[in-house]
Amino acid sequence: MADNIITERIKNEINLNEVMLFMKGTPVFPQCGFSAAVVQILNQMGVKYASSDVLADAEIRQGVKDFSNWPTVPQLYVKGEFVGGCDILREMFEDGELEGLFDKAGIVREINS
Amino acid sequence: MPMAANEIEILIKKAIPDAEIRIDDLRGDGDHYLAHVISKAFSGKTRVQQHQMVYDSLQGRMGDQLHALALQTKIRDTD
Repeated sequence: MADNIITERIKNEINLNEVMLFMKGTPVFPQCGFSAAVVQILNQMGVKYASSDVLADAEIRQGVKDFSNWPTVPQLYVKGEFVGGCDILREMFEDGELEGLFDKAGIVREINS
Repeated sequence: MPMAANEIEILIKKAIPDAEIRIDDLRGDGDHYLAHVISKAFSGKTRVQQHQMVYDSLQGRMGDQLHALALQTKIRDTD
């Protein structure tokens, strides 16, 4: 029962926010190198995103792992779909795939000049 | 509790027998690894699915005993 509530909360978050990052810490103060790396990628791409600090919520921390069958945080969701963790996002960023994914999903990016 | 690199390799190999595996100990501390895994079994799978196959082979140790295992998976397209 409690599990369902957590799952619902996660679903709400990823449906409400087109780009949703579950991470350790906050975009301003990431608490883990892997989370910091993802924040850096998203910032560099000029993507607006919402984030949730799993260190502040043990239930979400476990819940998001169960939800995606993915054992680690950070986790990025775009339009409700799990895209990957740090390694995958880094690879996708480097080969331009991530840009394609955001464009295809219609995510607006603000490029700082 | 850290895991030895060869333990990781054995577990992956058990689940993905044709896997070609290289494991780098990134900091030399037995706790931060990068694993390169190449297998035909990844064919037709997304990156997320490929990584999930490797995580599954570690039977729950990832994110628990194993704090940092960076992963690079590749599809082997030749025999």
